[in-house]
Amino acid sequence: MFGMTALRRQHRRMREEGCIPSCTAFPMAFPTATSLALGLVAALTALSPASARDLPKTVLQDPYGSSMWNDHQIHLLGDPAKIEFDDRVIVRAPVSAEDPFEVPVMVDASALEGVEEIILSVDFGPIPKILTYYPGKAEPRLAFRFKIDQATPVRASVRTSDGVWHIGSTYIDAAGGGCTAPAQAYASDDWEERLGQVRARSWPESGRVRLIVDHPMDSGLADGIPMFIVEDIALQTPEGETLSRLTLHEPVDEDPAFTLHLPQEHLTRDIQIYGRDNNGNEIEAVLPAPVVQ
Amino acid sequence: MNGRQSVSRRRVLGGLAASVGVAAGGYRAAAKARHSYDLRPQEVADGIWMIEGAPEYFTTANGGAIVNCAIVETEAGLVIVDTGPSRRYGEAFKQALLQLSGRGIAEVIITHHHPDHFFGNQVFADRPIRALGETVRQCELHGDGYADNLYRLLGDWMRGTEWIAPSAEIAPGSFSVGGRIFQAVPLKGHSEADLALLDERTGTVIAGDLAFLDRAPTTPSADLDAWRESLSALEAMQAAAILPGHGPFDRTGESLRQTRRYLDWLEDTLRTAANDGLDMVEVMDLPLPTEMAQLGAAEDEFRRSVVHLFPRFEEEALPQLN
Repeated sequence: MFGMTALRRQHRRMREEGCIPSCTAFPMAFPTATSLALGLVAALTALSPASARDLPKTVLQDPYGSSMWNDHQIHLLGDPAKIEFDDRVIVRAPVSAEDPFEVPVMVDASALEGVEEIILSVDFGPIPKILTYYPGKAEPRLAFRFKIDQATPVRASVRTSDGVWHIGSTYIDAAGGGCTAPAQAYASDDWEERLGQVRARSWPESGRVRLIVDHPMDSGLADGIPMFIVEDIALQTPEGETLSRLTLHEPVDEDPAFTLHLPQEHLTRDIQIYGRDNNGNEIEAVLPAPVVQ
Repeated sequence: MNGRQSVSRRRVLGGLAASVGVAAGGYRAAAKARHSYDLRPQEVADGIWMIEGAPEYFTTANGGAIVNCAIVETEAGLVIVDTGPSRRYGEAFKQALLQLSGRGIAEVIITHHHPDHFFGNQVFADRPIRALGETVRQCELHGDGYADNLYRLLGDWMRGTEWIAPSAEIAPGSFSVGGRIFQAVPLKGHSEADLALLDERTGTVIAGDLAFLDRAPTTPSADLDAWRESLSALEAMQAAAILPGHGPFDRTGESLRQTRRYLDWLEDTLRTAANDGLDMVEVMDLPLPTEMAQLGAAEDEFRRSVVHLFPRFEEEALPQLN
């Protein structure tokens, strides 16, 4: 028996050699007995969805051996040619999600130079993309929380200015935790008044900003509740220069909380916080520079 | 009452028959089989037994037998306090009871709505199962979610388990079962409703999960201030002994003091971390002081508590800007 990996490798080699445009009509292209046998195997495997998919330009050895990573490499990241799993991208999360509505994750790519973009995603879940962070003037480090649907690898895909994608991963088991409770969205009467409220504070000595935005962050997957999420959050200088920027997707948790790391010089001045949700509600707040004692 | 006694008498006979099997070694053999609970009631006070749970978190090794259950003997039969995490646990529990008394089971009382305390209920469904009204509501609200989780965490240990909520409300105050007088004390803080049960004959308080000893307290439904108030109320009862929800039988009141120290430390740690600007993942990494690290399941429970409680302290630490 061929293992799936061996088959895929073989399939891929044949594609690279230009023998087969795709796995359809494959047996007809090979008249020899050997290739007929290969064709039969490939045709059989074509019945399973996995082998019907295209492989990415660069096939990686996924440390978690996930059946979905190749797909995400193509569809989330645009099938980049230069891509690698890289231990310098640290992704940290609890091994098990105690509360599936509030899973904390921390990504640290500060060992890399020239980080332009960090995409956080899960391999398994109805909406794989969690958020994109454009650190700009900030360090390429971020902590936040998201909603998890099942046990899954969590990926931080980090694009550096040389166009290379560096992937860091961790694995979260969402099977356990016990005693989880469903989110009580809209349980309070005042959620509309609190919508878009910003809580934030900076710690110039450690170069961090923490930020919480009050928002239900409805994924659109709950029965009868349409998608309602904050899509953009930006930090700016008083002059309007963007320091760093986040675009959020459905899996980000209710009342999202972020930890960002900015050079001290930016934290000794006011920081403007701007955001917008998909219903056009604007979020606007000023984080004042801490009073020097 | 007569009806109940005649049922009890039938149970005596059934119990005797089963005891023969137990005496012949069937129980021990079964204990070694896969997915079989080895429950051994220990007499801790006059007519009170306790089945002590492992000071651990739910695992496929312990089958969720991490909880303490209590058994109190009365003239009308046994009063069972809490029923364990699964149908199989309930069945093993019932089997173990046959060795204690021929009088059968008078009634079941549930201290609070967490699944390790009430998921054995179905085995005792022919008896009254009583709890505080709020506990009944919480069981109904969370039962399905808890079941999902326990099936995932414990696998085949849970086979055949169907949760049922307590069937009747217990009124606060004094009540008597078979001549034995109890006080039902409604408290809260570990969960939305926590029942403490005082046995007047021995002065023992069956404290449910308001009291932990040598095992880290759990906080998925906790209100820390209310919990501390409940600890004060329990201290004021000056019990002869405390039967905690998790951990060994306590003859000195240490479970109440230790639980309070833990809650104080937890709150202080989380508040300080929020004011220092730490994120959840970093808080989970904080080293535990020696006293807390020695408690059973300490690291697991601390990390879980960070998820349960940290957002509240974050909100406190970050000023509102708009």
